[in-house]
Amino acid sequence: MPVQYQGVRAEHECVRTKAGMFDVSHMGEVRTSGPQAEELLQHLLSNDLAKLTDDGAQYSVLCNEEGGVLDDLFTYRLPDGAFLTVTNASNHQRDYEWMAGHAGDFEAEVQDVAPKYAMLAVQGPLARGAVEDVADGALPERMRTATIPVAGQETLVCGTGYTGEDGVELLMAPAHAPAVWDALLAQGVKPAGLGARDTLRLEACFHLYGNDLSLQRNPIEAGLGWICKLDTQFIGSDALRDAEPEQTLVPFVFTGPGIPRQGNPVSTPQGAGEVTSGTLSPCLNTGAGLAYLPKGAAEPGTEIEVDVRGKPRAAVVAQRPLYPPKKES
Amino acid sequence: MSDVPESYPEDLKYHPEHDWARIEGDEATFGITWYAQDALGEVVFYDPPEVGATVSKDQAYTEVESVKAVSDVFAPLSGEVTAVNDKLGDSPELINSDPYGDGWLVKVKLSDTAELESLLEVGAYKELLSS
Repeated sequence: MPVQYQGVRAEHECVRTKAGMFDVSHMGEVRTSGPQAEELLQHLLSNDLAKLTDDGAQYSVLCNEEGGVLDDLFTYRLPDGAFLTVTNASNHQRDYEWMAGHAGDFEAEVQDVAPKYAMLAVQGPLARGAVEDVADGALPERMRTATIPVAGQETLVCGTGYTGEDGVELLMAPAHAPAVWDALLAQGVKPAGLGARDTLRLEACFHLYGNDLSLQRNPIEAGLGWICKLDTQFIGSDALRDAEPEQTLVPFVFTGPGIPRQGNPVSTPQGAGEVTSGTLSPCLNTGAGLAYLPKGAAEPGTEIEVDVRGKPRAAVVAQRPLYPPKKES
Repeated sequence: MSDVPESYPEDLKYHPEHDWARIEGDEATFGITWYAQDALGEVVFYDPPEVGATVSKDQAYTEVESVKAVSDVFAPLSGEVTAVNDKLGDSPELINSDPYGDGWLVKVKLSDTAELESLLEVGAYKELLSS
């Protein structure tokens, strides 16, 4: 996937107001099957697999024993009873080896099926309509899946995405992907690149592995406690139960000029922090990002200062998501 | 990625770090070349130096940022900043759409006009780009 086709701002705007598509075929897929596939994934993934119903989708993290994050991933329960877990490209090999390496105690098979899938994320308020027009069957609701023909090709359609907009993600055989892409292009869906994917997910306050998540951070401080069901006894849950993180990941916006970047130091009344993702938010038209801050400085409205290559820039802790902004109730 | 066609005006002097200078006596206007803005992508932020600041040939004097990256801008000549392009505060994209016109960055009172000899003519700069 290129950084951009037409330009990051135009593509960002297109996904927020119409429909854009991302070729995310670089992402990996791991298939887990067998009588104890669910037990194995319950042991590995942080969320409660028992809540992942037929044709459902679930977000979770994969942790090591210390509670460090190996990856964040979506898992789908397939019609044949197996599970498909979508990995971040840079972590795919490690994820697969980790998952396969723990399969020995279970009656389950873990397969690296990344070469079998291409993946297109079609996102935006008009995305579902565009896909519907070239699909033969009803699209799944949010966080559900359906296997239906799209552009005449059998496709796993998932009601998921990572932009903060409605839309679907399509998984299909790589040979079929060009026909699906072309059919969606003909519907007016515009190609969007990695640059817009990053600004969109950042406005939605979604985590990016390698920036906001790493082996050095646990999911509790990353604000992902809601997908960590400690009672399921997944690997890392013991460490997380005792974890008392001093920092937490929060969104912030600049109140003046400048653009924050990953690694910028942050000063707060309660101590130092660090920017893990930063950009110019195309929708807010201001610098914005995510930072790990001392817990006492995490309250929205807290004034902070970000050191951007030696220049102090004024910022304020914000509510998530950054966009669309939460309505005052 | 720019919509404007590639161009390198004949009347400008060029620095190998992809900056240009328009010389008028002992004053010069600085900017970045078509090649530089194209490589950078959409410029979304420009933080100008202060009027009165000293810039030194071959040294970074400011930064331009696209959505994805930050890039240093190098001074093609030495001198003192006499004006900065205020329009770029609200419209940094002028650096992309009109790199040799409304997208100029600073005006400088030159401290050593002998430095001019080290700058490239358009032909030599184009040669550098194609090498």
